[in-house]
Amino acid sequence: MSDASSPRRGLVTRLADFFDDRTGYRALVHEALYERVPGGARWRYVWGSTLVFAFMTQVITGLVLWSSYSASAQTAWESVYYIQHEMTGGWLVRGLHHVMAQAMVVLLALHLMQVVIDGAYRAPREVNFWLGLILMKLVLGMALTGYLLPWDQKGYWATRVATNLAGLVPLVGPSLQQLVVGGPDYGHHTLTRFFALHAGFLPGTLIAFLAIHLALFRKHGLCAKQPQTKPDSMFWPDQVLKDVVAMLAVLAVVMGVILLPAVRAMLEGRPVVPGELGAELGAPADPSQPYAAARPEWYFLFLFQFLKVFEGWGADGEFLGAIVVPGAVLGMMFLMPFLGRWKLGHRFNVLFTLAILVGAGLLTAMALREDYAAAWSDKEAFADVEQLIEETENDPEKIAAALGNDTARIAEFRERVHQLDAIRRSEAFFAAVEQAEVDAHRAIELAGRPERIPPGGALELIRTDPLSQGPLLFAQHCGSCHAHVDPAAPEAAEAVAVSSAANLYGFGSAAWARGLLDPNQVVSPAYFGNTAHAEGDMVSYVTDDMTDADTWTAEQIEAVAVALAADAAVFSDEPLDAAVVEQGRALMADEDRCGSCHHAGENETDLGAAPDLVGWGSREWLIGIISDPNHERFYPDTNDRMPSFGVAEEGGVAPLSSEQIALLANWLRGEWYRGE
Amino acid sequence: MAETSPVPPAADARRSFLAKLMAVVGGGIASLTPVAAGVWMTLDPLRRKSSAAAFLPITDIASVPDDGVPRQFPVIADRTDAWTGFAAEPIGAVYLRREADSDTVEAFSATCPHAGCFIELDKRDRCFRCPCHNSSFTLDGGIVSPSPSPRTMDTLECEVHDGRVRVKWENFYSGIAEKVARP
Ligand code: FES
Repeated sequence: MSDASSPRRGLVTRLADFFDDRTGYRALVHEALYERVPGGARWRYVWGSTLVFAFMTQVITGLVLWSSYSASAQTAWESVYYIQHEMTGGWLVRGLHHVMAQAMVVLLALHLMQVVIDGAYRAPREVNFWLGLILMKLVLGMALTGYLLPWDQKGYWATRVATNLAGLVPLVGPSLQQLVVGGPDYGHHTLTRFFALHAGFLPGTLIAFLAIHLALFRKHGLCAKQPQTKPDSMFWPDQVLKDVVAMLAVLAVVMGVILLPAVRAMLEGRPVVPGELGAELGAPADPSQPYAAARPEWYFLFLFQFLKVFEGWGADGEFLGAIVVPGAVLGMMFLMPFLGRWKLGHRFNVLFTLAILVGAGLLTAMALREDYAAAWSDKEAFADVEQLIEETENDPEKIAAALGNDTARIAEFRERVHQLDAIRRSEAFFAAVEQAEVDAHRAIELAGRPERIPPGGALELIRTDPLSQGPLLFAQHCGSCHAHVDPAAPEAAEAVAVSSAANLYGFGSAAWARGLLDPNQVVSPAYFGNTAHAEGDMVSYVTDDMTDADTWTAEQIEAVAVALAADAAVFSDEPLDAAVVEQGRALMADEDRCGSCHHAGENETDLGAAPDLVGWGSREWLIGIISDPNHERFYPDTNDRMPSFGVAEEGGVAPLSSEQIALLANWLRGEWYRGE
Repeated sequence: MAETSPVPPAADARRSFLAKLMAVVGGGIASLTPVAAGVWMTLDPLRRKSSAAAFLPITDIASVPDDGVPRQFPVIADRTDAWTGFAAEPIGAVYLRREADSDTVEAFSATCPHAGCFIELDKRDRCFRCPCHNSSFTLDGGIVSPSPSPRTMDTLECEVHDGRVRVKWENFYSGIAEKVARP
């Protein structure tokens, strides 16, 4: 060492000396970097370092995300939305955190595999191997808890299933579940607890165990791969360089996953929306709106699929699949260091680990295959099965009779029903995924409105959004009779044919009104064909009187359609000519024409014979007819089958609330928030 | 660094034992107090009861089709989530079913007894299906084997008064063979 008082030395050196004297850091750094690597640096030693790198990335991105995240049922989704779609760089930090978590699971598997194959779990490294297993559990625990935090439909429903499984643990299960969930139901405290686990307890424990893991690793030194073909080298810089290259490779893959959609968009000439890169965000969690495509993250899919293996075992199967077998596998891994003392035991360990990884891979493939079966199966081949089920209403006895009570044929039929079921389930999965995408997109669009998200949270936005609620309400209350399908759509013909009341798609538009006044269409199922009105005065007027070119010219009929649309004033891009509207209004009010039955304009026709044309199709008019079609303004005497949705029976509740009716009316009229 | 001082003289055995004992006990009290307080608070959720388990009005009997095909109805009730109170929120769903010309209504919870997903009605095949792990149930809630579900669909107590249907809404533990209501 040079003389401490030498004036020639620079300030930096003197400062460094000052700290070294008091801390001895130079020796520490030296020890950290100048570790001997027996047999020279190798690529196979990089996995541990990449894991440390991945974990550091998670800590850094996690802390930044934490600084913008708010864990509660009304703010979790909302704050994640804000991070992902509005904050500068939010998509990148969240994307890194999300994709690196998945990379970490893959790296864990590789690290484990390498340690087992190299026999690095044998004496004296047993304890470090166990620490590794614990670290693995902690990482998986963080993955599991992190999935819930955005509080979107996907995470919410998948985690619900996972925590229900916690209830299966003998004796303490139900209490355990209640503790994890933070109460009897999912809510604020589920989030706060999961967040505390995810960002506090689990990483804190992990850091402690990781420190011991690394210290022990240094104590025992690297478990060198035999035979050593090269001379020993030093950790710095040979192995460090290899580690750094591996880290960069991991980072490149992660960035690639995040940025690939952007590259694709650019190549296709679409604009790049940063909010759509990285991690996706589903629609906000809705406890009353099930999500049929709820699946765990891909690296937990094998566990999800494993539960299905025990199908038919009842409660025992569940217990076996979710608790006993995974527990036994983990227990087995803890015993590996003892088995590994024998050569045969080591071989067994390697095979066992491989079998677990291959098994998990197979189960994952099975899960994916089931979900995506419809993509490569030919459903047409099962048309006869579908038909027989329909004809017999799926009554086993009738089916047996139809198959001539032949056991072989019945068995074959059952098998094919099974296959058909699989295809249908897969179709349902596709539909649910597609719907989830639509819902997510809509939620994000609504959240981005200039009015922002109300204090009640994004769910409130969705529950008051006609575009989101309309289809659900319609399907539940109107869809058993009415169709609502674009006539130009390929499935329109079939949907309309099976409906028993008018197709309400585009109701109130000029196009819809033209169809009503078209003699061919008015008798079709798209209008009155499948209703009692098929025999009514309106249909005969349109098919007889209005086809007589002396009383009704084509131009006059068009004017009436346009005037109807003008009164309805639904959302439509078709410009309406004011002069034509006036002409049509006059024709409608004319007591020798429409006005002979309909109250319209200023005419004196009484209400009751036919629906009121004043304000026809307007919001107020629609609310009126949905609430009470028997009202004198609509069909007091000739209502076919339509229930009064807004009228409560004595002491009862109306089938639909006034808010729901308004939502339906707005939806039918195309009145909802439209982003740019 | 100061020069290393010589090893202190060994204390006598009795005093040393007392010192050790007191250090362990004192240290234990000091460190375990916050742990105990923390555990106490962490166990709070065990005291919370679900707000449900009451008879709730669902619908009018006329709305339940009398052809043996169940229909889904939302269960609306006030709900609290820790500090937040929700008025009249959908808290779940039931399937109501009525045979032809019958005035008795059967009620099933739409929550799957397997792991709590939401059971859907397949009108075409006249059965219930759960989209999560493929449990199927007959229209009267029975198991279609093989099934991951350990039990039939959960029936709910249901009463009809003056044409109004009310259901006792309860949640049950999932994944076990017996139907046990959550407190
Ligand atoms: S939750 Fe319904 S089958 Fe698993």
